Amino acid sequence: MSSQEESSHNESLSADEIRSAANRRLGFKMAWIVLGSLLFAFSLVPLYNVLCTVTGLNGKTNDTATTLNDTKVDTTRWVTVQFTSSTMPGLGWNFQPKQASLKVRPGQVETALFEAKNITSQVVSGRAVPSVTPGVAASHLKKIECFCFQKQALNPGETKVMPLRFFVSPDIPDDIKEMTLSYAFFSVENAQ
Amino acid sequence: MSTTAVAHHDEHAAHPTGIMRWLTTTNHKDIGTMYLTFSLIMFLVGGCMILGIRAELFQPGLQLMKPDFFNQLIGVHALIMIFAALMPAATGFANWMIPLQIGAPDMALPRLNNWGFWLLPPSAILLTLPFTLALFGIGDGALATGWTFYPPLSIQGGIGVDFAIFAVHLLGISSVLGSINIIVTLFNMRAPGMTLMKMPMFAWGWLITAFLLIATIPVLAGAVTMLLTDRHFGTHFFDAAGGGDPILFQHLFWFFGHPEVYILLLPVWGFIPQILQTFSRKPMYGYKAQVYSFWAIGALSVVVWAHHFFTAGMPVPALLYFMYSTMAISLPLAVLFFCWIKTMWRGSMSFETPMLFTVGWIILFGIGGLTGLVLADVAADAQYHNSYFVVAHFHYTLFAGGIMGIMAGVYYWLPKMTGHMYNEKLGKLHFWLTAISFNLTFIPQFFLGLAGMPRRIPDYALQFAEFNMISSIAAFVLGLSQLIFVYNIISTIKGGKKASDQVWEGAEGLEWTLSSPPPYHSFSEQPIVK
Repeated sequence: MSSQEESSHNESLSADEIRSAANRRLGFKMAWIVLGSLLFAFSLVPLYNVLCTVTGLNGKTNDTATTLNDTKVDTTRWVTVQFTSSTMPGLGWNFQPKQASLKVRPGQVETALFEAKNITSQVVSGRAVPSVTPGVAASHLKKIECFCFQKQALNPGETKVMPLRFFVSPDIPDDIKEMTLSYAFFSVENAQ
Repeated sequence: MSTTAVAHHDEHAAHPTGIMRWLTTTNHKDIGTMYLTFSLIMFLVGGCMILGIRAELFQPGLQLMKPDFFNQLIGVHALIMIFAALMPAATGFANWMIPLQIGAPDMALPRLNNWGFWLLPPSAILLTLPFTLALFGIGDGALATGWTFYPPLSIQGGIGVDFAIFAVHLLGISSVLGSINIIVTLFNMRAPGMTLMKMPMFAWGWLITAFLLIATIPVLAGAVTMLLTDRHFGTHFFDAAGGGDPILFQHLFWFFGHPEVYILLLPVWGFIPQILQTFSRKPMYGYKAQVYSFWAIGALSVVVWAHHFFTAGMPVPALLYFMYSTMAISLPLAVLFFCWIKTMWRGSMSFETPMLFTVGWIILFGIGGLTGLVLADVAADAQYHNSYFVVAHFHYTLFAGGIMGIMAGVYYWLPKMTGHMYNEKLGKLHFWLTAISFNLTFIPQFFLGLAGMPRRIPDYALQFAEFNMISSIAAFVLGLSQLIFVYNIISTIKGGKKASDQVWEGAEGLEWTLSSPPPYHSFSEQPIVK
């Protein structure tokens, strides 16, 4: 190999080195995008909750008590609130609404009763998770007092009547004449 | 294949042989070969799983397997076909062809490239190991939730779910590494004079794919990690009892899952115009329009995810938004179809196997796209959701649109890679058997779906029996005809008629200027593109 070829060989090597350094730099820049979208995935969890609260997506209702201000009762129309319930696997309870539906005036405070019976031979705790259909009605169902705000414990064989005090906000759009409030009771043996 | 080239490159003379060559290689052609081989093996593994399913569905009633095992086969079939067959095939072609097409000596980050590949076999083992463990009484088998991992089912599932979650982590890291490598290669390693707007379409398809992958795979990784902590560490991301929401998982999953569809298809949309222009013997029509359509589809694909669960309950404005944005994707796609057809228009066409696959691909992928428009319609989707119509639709896009496109690429570039011509008669036989049996497998499934047969069930009502029987028989023909493909590839690697450097009369592009097979180290001196 002549000396001239040798030197050109070295030059091309160093050009290679320059390029591989540039490649590594761009590679790391791309890694930042990867990290960014990983953070984005986790930030979607709180963002999704905010979105659900704002839009009533998934029929989430308030999970703390609403205070009753002097809400005017709208006597010009009726809204029917239907009640359904389900007991999730792993919870040995019978859980039923005591009334299938209530016809209410928007703004009027009403009480709905639910009955739960522990059919196992142990003390069991459960928690009720509400959902309202249609989703747009969710934010108009205001709860003053609800058994779903805390977890509930039942002794073996105990039956408990659980009250829900609520009103339908008078702001509810005219076209919503019916809504369904569903409670799913979950076991909280492992959950907090 | 590399001995002559190595003689000119003293610094690489001592590269190891045998198994160590493949374990330690950083050569883009070696790694590409490994990706393609792995993909072919996993394609056969996933295919055997679905033949098990079709055998069970041959008649109503439970004959061969328990429902739980049936569900495991369905979920693992999908994960293997998507992550271990289609994606590695596209990455394999990227490794082989991108440096050759853009005149680069190798991929930009060769070590990363090696690592990206070697994460794949362990993840394939993680996916399938629970089947074997169950035989020895450990656990209850593989993932039985379908490939979508929907909670609460996936929270209740057995160890198969954990195995699948870790497999997805590894597969995700592998694709992210591959993508970073491709982006860096395309930005930094192009031959002098090759501007971005002179890159071959295949390189463009992969550039968009790579960006989609690094933006969305981490979201999937995050979602399955949350699932893992829900299962074992007492968090409640998706557990309604603890204040979580199972629907959130569907949003996270499909935020990844819909772009994934285009991740699988964009590289193929790169092959197609290149093959068309070769066998039509005229330049491709509308290069710029195709590139801009790629960008438009890539951008739209990340904002339409919720059309996968219209029936999960959403406010009407959201339904309308996702419906219209989904349908908007058909506009750039129509531009692509127009360009493909116009490329063939008045060309001097000949129908060698790659061209047969490509033309067949255009028709079948078109059917896949049009049935997708039907599913995007919120009102119609209420009926079609979770039915066999969906199964037929996504097999038209992913088997015809994905795998048949990959096969076109295999026949097109195999002579370049191996230096030998494949057996043209067997290739044509493979095409016709595949195309006919594919249609006979999936057209009945459209009708089954319209008639109301739900997907992912091992048993069905009697009125579905005839269509299922046709579909099962055709599926076995489809599966067996892939053995012709495997035989043809192996015999081409072993020998055959020598291929010329240009291989195809109308082929243009840098990869056809190299010898067939190309030297182990190509383009050490970069070519200048005018």
